[in-house]
Amino acid sequence: MTAQATRGVGRPQTNAIIDQVLKVLQRMIPPAIAIVLFLLVWQMFTSSPTANLPSPIKTVQETWELIIDPLYDNGGTDKGLFIQIWASLGRVAIGFTLAAIVGIGLGILTGASRLMHLALDPIFQVLRTVPPLAWLPISLAAFQQAQPSAIFVIFVTAVWPIIINTAEGVRQIPQDYNNVAKVLRLSKMQYFFTILLPASMPYIFTGLRIGIGLSWLAIVAAEMLIGGVGIGFFIWDAWNNSRISDIIIALLYIGIVGLMLDKLVNWAGSFVASADQK
Amino acid sequence: MQAITMTQTEVKTSQPTTQQSFLEIRDVSKTFVTSKGDFPILENINLTVNEGDFICLIGHSGCGKSTLLNMVAGFLSPTEGEVLLESQRIVDPGPDRMMVFQNYALLPWKSASDNVYLAVDAVSPKKPKAEKLQIVHDALAMVGLTEAANKRPAQLSGGMKQRVAIARALSICPKVLILDEPFGALDAITKEELQEELLKIWTDNQVTVLMITHDIDEALFLADRLVMMTNGPSATIGEVLEIPFARPRDRTRLMEDPKFYELRNYVLDFLFHRFAHDDD
Repeated sequence: MTAQATRGVGRPQTNAIIDQVLKVLQRMIPPAIAIVLFLLVWQMFTSSPTANLPSPIKTVQETWELIIDPLYDNGGTDKGLFIQIWASLGRVAIGFTLAAIVGIGLGILTGASRLMHLALDPIFQVLRTVPPLAWLPISLAAFQQAQPSAIFVIFVTAVWPIIINTAEGVRQIPQDYNNVAKVLRLSKMQYFFTILLPASMPYIFTGLRIGIGLSWLAIVAAEMLIGGVGIGFFIWDAWNNSRISDIIIALLYIGIVGLMLDKLVNWAGSFVASADQK
Repeated sequence: MQAITMTQTEVKTSQPTTQQSFLEIRDVSKTFVTSKGDFPILENINLTVNEGDFICLIGHSGCGKSTLLNMVAGFLSPTEGEVLLESQRIVDPGPDRMMVFQNYALLPWKSASDNVYLAVDAVSPKKPKAEKLQIVHDALAMVGLTEAANKRPAQLSGGMKQRVAIARALSICPKVLILDEPFGALDAITKEELQEELLKIWTDNQVTVLMITHDIDEALFLADRLVMMTNGPSATIGEVLEIPFARPRDRTRLMEDPKFYELRNYVLDFLFHRFAHDDD
């Protein structure tokens, strides 16, 4: 009896684990096949000796040094990919943090006040369509230095979606919540912290997510022009020295880091803005 | 037909009391001004409510029931006339006229007890924290939600959310409790349970209740008086029906009372013959 009972309990458990593993494997098979096919097609088009671009095998061969030692530092701008990426991330972190602070602040202001919305919205709508790099000359003229200019470009790229989404979030606060605040006669402070901020949190994070994506797009372009250590200038430098394989590896790094940034903000958002919120 | 004519003679419309009235709606009209022109919603509303009364309002959708209660709550102000609570003119919303909103209006990022605590804390910030927590606890216990105190609204059923909303409203001891179709979205069983609870709470707390409903049986079971509204635009109070059943009321015994059906038919006749909705 007991043996039967234990087996009865044990079996579904092992089955459950196997099921779980199988499910994960099943989910991994389609992307694995797609990647292999992509590499095969790439190899096919680039295997002739006259090809302009390196094949995947050649890319890995040529960049092996870069891949195995991402932390080397030979001085100047000759540094490993991690250090390059880290420098770019540092600029993004400063620019994006400033954009988040200013963007959320201005967003709440224009969302809560009709007058402010009327006054400022046209400015936002025009400026947000300006491509990031178009800001660089102005930025260089204003700051005279590469580093603050790059940070300003990040700031000015990320700030608009944060402002616009935050303002939308504030405007979308359900009338019901405002009525609760009115009937309880909540003070401005209480209203701000207990209703306005949490209610607009999902919108704020949508803005932050768009903002971080745009920042990462902008930093590579900005660094190409301003030089120094950073993944953008690394690519530009590789191009000038015809190291196409290095560029390909750098692109891969940029893609992965961009994805991780997006996931990070999304994760932070799910943490702050509760999943119950609809 | 016979039943209806018979009832009509028996039903008295309420007489405005001459004594100091608790809540008074005096010559109130409300017109919404829009770009397409003026929309008269309510016209010439007069109603006197005594302290501790349970008043239900019934009428077709769009007749301005919610508008009327919103003026009592203070979310809207009358175009003409005035609403007085204990002889004070109502000009803005306040916790003495607490509303239980149609969609519960709970904050989804706060647990049931935090939602109630917000109200208690906002109304009496100076009370010691332990006392405020005790009030929250008592309010949730009153509606039978002690177990679910730490759950968020998304984890609660419709009936439980409505209970939290009622607990929040009563935790601050309002003079008037305003309910806008509180049980409209609930299933029949939950609805009956909550009706009984509301009656008990009303008896225990001696609060004055104004409630909008679409359910005649509900109104007859709960109310002292039923305010029947005519159709909009320019709706007004068609008739105020005294509901004479003794309290405490027992649903089963009420259902067996022939008087219950007389009143029910009378209200049905009012709503579907005398003031039938045009587009029905």
